[in-house]
Amino acid sequence: MGDTEAPEEPAGPVGGEAVAGFVGCDETIERLYTYLDGELTEQRRLEITRHLDLCGPCVGAYGFEAELRKVIASRCKDHVPEDLITRVAAALEEEHLRQSN
Amino acid sequence: MADQALFSDQAMEHMPALYTAALRMTRNPADAEDLVQETYLKAYRAFASFEQGTNLKAWLYRILTNTYINTYRAKKRRPEIADVEDVEDLYLYRHLSADQASGLGRSAEDEALDRFTDTDVKAAIESLPDAFRMAVLLADVEGFSYKEIAEITDVPIGTVMSRIHRGRKALQKALVDRGSTRGLVGATDEAR
Repeated sequence: MGDTEAPEEPAGPVGGEAVAGFVGCDETIERLYTYLDGELTEQRRLEITRHLDLCGPCVGAYGFEAELRKVIASRCKDHVPEDLITRVAAALEEEHLRQSN
Repeated sequence: MADQALFSDQAMEHMPALYTAALRMTRNPADAEDLVQETYLKAYRAFASFEQGTNLKAWLYRILTNTYINTYRAKKRRPEIADVEDVEDLYLYRHLSADQASGLGRSAEDEALDRFTDTDVKAAIESLPDAFRMAVLLADVEGFSYKEIAEITDVPIGTVMSRIHRGRKALQKALVDRGSTRGLVGATDEAR
């Protein structure tokens, strides 16, 4: 077993703007859900945003996925039956009385 | 003792959301109603342990999820297929795009989406296996974060992410399958 020292990470660019962060279409599409979910790190989010600013096909896909999500949420509403509200209120009332005794 | 008035005040407003989730999970109104009532009773009994100021809706969903798993799913004799097939990225988008003549502009796919009805979307969600269905519902219908979903469903965040992503793709596949039988996807739209 050697006692090699862990090499230092090469120093990043000094000053100026970060050069990292040119992502391609594949990576953008792969991260699209996480991007839409607002769950990327700030750095990654900026990278994807920058790609979307410049790439028509990807922004088309992005717009579609965002729209699809809205459609899914809006098509999934159900009306709560009135008697369920009454039933639950009555069950809670009964439980309350039971606990009070 | 739990404060009944405080509980009702805070918890009842979440019933529409809980009922929707219960319907998607149990797939029938009678079971959904029972599941919601049981969730409220359990929540009421445990309300003293709820930490005020934390997310009540997430807490209620956690109770609903556990009750569903322990009661309703356990009733089913036949174990559900626990996985979904792998579906490529942008599955629905590409299917809808393929139907459009070029040059219609990118909103054409968005318009195609409008042809899917409530029934189409609900049926597609209900076709997903339990774990994926719950993850997609919590993320896309209820808008919970990955972390909240991890807490509600009691699985690691990496698993949550994978379930949401794969569940969404499977949902797109289900929509395409449904859309093709209804003529919404796949056939060339002669009328255009």
